[in-house]
Amino acid sequence: MAFGESLSLADRWRRLTSRGDAELVPQARLSGPMPWVIAIMVALTVIAAAAGLSLANTASAASDELAGGVTVQVIEANPAERDRQAVAAAETLRRTPGVIEAHVVSQDEVERLVEPWLGAGAGSGDDGIPIPALVDARMRDRVDGETLGGLRRILRDVAPAARVDAQSSWLEPVFSAIQSLQWLAAALVALLALAMSSAVLLAVRNALGANRDTIEIVHLLGGTDTQIARIFQRSIGYDASGGGAVGLALGLVVVLFLGRRFTGLGAGLVDAGALGWIDWLLLAMIPLAGVALAMLTARLTVIRTLGRML
Amino acid sequence: MTSANDGEIVQFDNVGLRYGTDREVLSDVSFTLYPGSFYFLTGASGAGKTSLLKLLYLAQRPSRGAIRMFGSDVITMPRARLPLLRRRLGVVFQDFRLVPHLSAFDNVALPLRVAGAAERDLAKPVADMLEWVGLTERMHAQPAQLSGGEQQRVAIARAVIARPEMLVADEPTGNVDPDMAIKLLRLFEALNRLGTTVVVATHDVHLLKKVPDSLIMRLDKGRLSDPTGALRYPPRRPFMRGG
Repeated sequence: MAFGESLSLADRWRRLTSRGDAELVPQARLSGPMPWVIAIMVALTVIAAAAGLSLANTASAASDELAGGVTVQVIEANPAERDRQAVAAAETLRRTPGVIEAHVVSQDEVERLVEPWLGAGAGSGDDGIPIPALVDARMRDRVDGETLGGLRRILRDVAPAARVDAQSSWLEPVFSAIQSLQWLAAALVALLALAMSSAVLLAVRNALGANRDTIEIVHLLGGTDTQIARIFQRSIGYDASGGGAVGLALGLVVVLFLGRRFTGLGAGLVDAGALGWIDWLLLAMIPLAGVALAMLTARLTVIRTLGRML
Repeated sequence: MTSANDGEIVQFDNVGLRYGTDREVLSDVSFTLYPGSFYFLTGASGAGKTSLLKLLYLAQRPSRGAIRMFGSDVITMPRARLPLLRRRLGVVFQDFRLVPHLSAFDNVALPLRVAGAAERDLAKPVADMLEWVGLTERMHAQPAQLSGGEQQRVAIARAVIARPEMLVADEPTGNVDPDMAIKLLRLFEALNRLGTTVVVATHDVHLLKKVPDSLIMRLDKGRLSDPTGALRYPPRRPFMRGG
């Protein structure tokens, strides 16, 4: 193959990017369906990772928003007394150190919040259902049990009908579910990496078997394990690069499509899960990690197999 | 691990070889090869010639005994150091063992590439070597396109291209016509004169006479016949001369 014969584009590329030892065993003989297997693995990994990152963003945004939030419900049947205690609670909270903001939520807004469950105008009129007055307060720091206990003690005298809750506690089950999904996404990414390594391992073993005679000759002519491993590494590197690029493109198309569909829902929590530029960068690095993983697997497999020869 | 006696290129001491649990194919083989000598290894089929050569070109470890090559104990030598030792050898395999997907040119260039030679330095020596064995016109042909004799000549060219310190050839003239056989022997002799130790296994007794200064080792049922002890303690004048 040294002079003048016709070479395929792939061979020319390999010739340009390889050293002489690349000629020792036939290149790309471990290909077959390998680039497509890697493409599918990378695409699925990109989708799983995007889902995990999006869920992390959602949880983080919601947590940040609710972390310092406190809701005071004044549960009192007498409307006048209820309003008085609500105003007193808001004023007291505004004077309390650590509280950034506290205001009484208007009755109209409260009625609008409960409208999906109780119907329109449920709290209005003389025969309306008594709906608690709400005070929305925001603390400088994350609210914990100690903070809540302090606020309850402060409000006990000025608003005995007040019930103080941290807003984050209402979404605790949601956070827990999101965290479970994040773990699931991480597990999927790990399983896909394992599956890709296994596929590479089988392909390399197959190629080693098919080229056993050639490898033995190279070995007896003084070829080192590293030299032979490098050839297989390089070959699987080409496969993984091509497959990884296709897989990344495929994965990103799916992620963008799903992103647009979820954005269309217009739900705050879903919108908060939008991917940032760091997330996109991480997704773009998945094929690189795949190439590195495939090459490492190929190298270790070849060196281990050659280790059994003298 | 360097030998006390740097004059010895190979030293076998009570070497035995068995495959699996079968009986020994080589027993109590002891001999010393000296630099610049020309050895013929003879014996009937099944006498153990190929097994002995496998030990010489480091394809096999013995079941017992000691082997030193180029001053190093190859039995205890770490596996990672063996490739460098193999690069000092040239081997002509009985079944040629050419790489099927490579051209004659690339097969001959293989030892140079393995040794890390730059591509630009390959073309001339490989072309010269192919010209010497009469295969210039066939340099782009793959082994499957070559006759048995042509394949053998490629195998020989590959074995000598890197100017090995020791050439080990297993029936190197078995598939070539008498003229080419003589020509190849002359190549081996020329290499020998340049200092390469040559070991040629053959069952062709006529070949022995063609190299007057050669020493003869004879294997019989896995045992090296050494009636005068000359292989172990070679005299100034070889104990057995070809021709």
